[in-house]
Amino acid sequence: MDIRRDVFQAIADPTRRAIIALIALQAMTPNAIAEHFDTSRQAVSKHLRILTECELVTQEQKGREIYYSLEVEKMKEIDEWLEQYRQIWQARFDQLGEVLEIMKKKKSEE
Amino acid sequence: MEFVVDKAAKTVYITAEFSATCDLVWDAYTKPELLDQWWAPKPFASRTKVMDFKVGGRRFYAMVSPDGQERWVVQKYTSITPKTNFKLFNAFADEDENLELPGSDWDLNFSEQNGTTKVTTTIYNESLERLERMVEMGFKEGTAAQLDNLKDLLKSLKAGAA
Repeated sequence: MDIRRDVFQAIADPTRRAIIALIALQAMTPNAIAEHFDTSRQAVSKHLRILTECELVTQEQKGREIYYSLEVEKMKEIDEWLEQYRQIWQARFDQLGEVLEIMKKKKSEE
Repeated sequence: MEFVVDKAAKTVYITAEFSATCDLVWDAYTKPELLDQWWAPKPFASRTKVMDFKVGGRRFYAMVSPDGQERWVVQKYTSITPKTNFKLFNAFADEDENLELPGSDWDLNFSEQNGTTKVTTTIYNESLERLERMVEMGFKEGTAAQLDNLKDLLKSLKAGAA
């Protein structure tokens, strides 16, 4: 549960969203990622650690370098959650529509 | 219904239109006996224990699952402009009304045009965690059950037509 909760925290941060957008295109080393930001290399490392903990990114050792890449499936999971939330509201409003029809009928009978 | 999630702003925008006057829609949102009829997506039930629709007042209700599990929610009304707008602070709670923070801020707007009422709901979450917990509560099962119902219905309709 904690991991799932963190997924939303992960994508709520603008720098982390930018990192996600970057590595969605290709796997990158922390140095290459840090070049795209004004923040320190340490800050980027911290963001990468959070993204890794959330299982949004995976790391792979290639020679002396570590490459980070995006877990596309995990991103899909987020969209699925949002889709469920949308469905809750849709169901709710369908029911409200029915209740309003009954209210209208009652009113016209008065 | 229009459903837009702005992850960056941690805000959800939901717009829906109903072919009813604003008077009726407002009542459906602000009277507990009416709210309980539609608020919970089936097969869940909404059970309002306390509702005092005034600024500073609250609605304390439970979402009840088919097997009787209750999930309590408190909605505190922070602003009311009759038949136009109301705002509330929404948070999960335990059965003794102890809030589980963070919650979310809701802003509901009502407007009528030619007998159609538009309701715009803006939900700002301090954390998107809340949104996810909604789903975790088991609504997933609920919606799956609904889809099954729909499939059965469509099947029987098709069978009838054949």
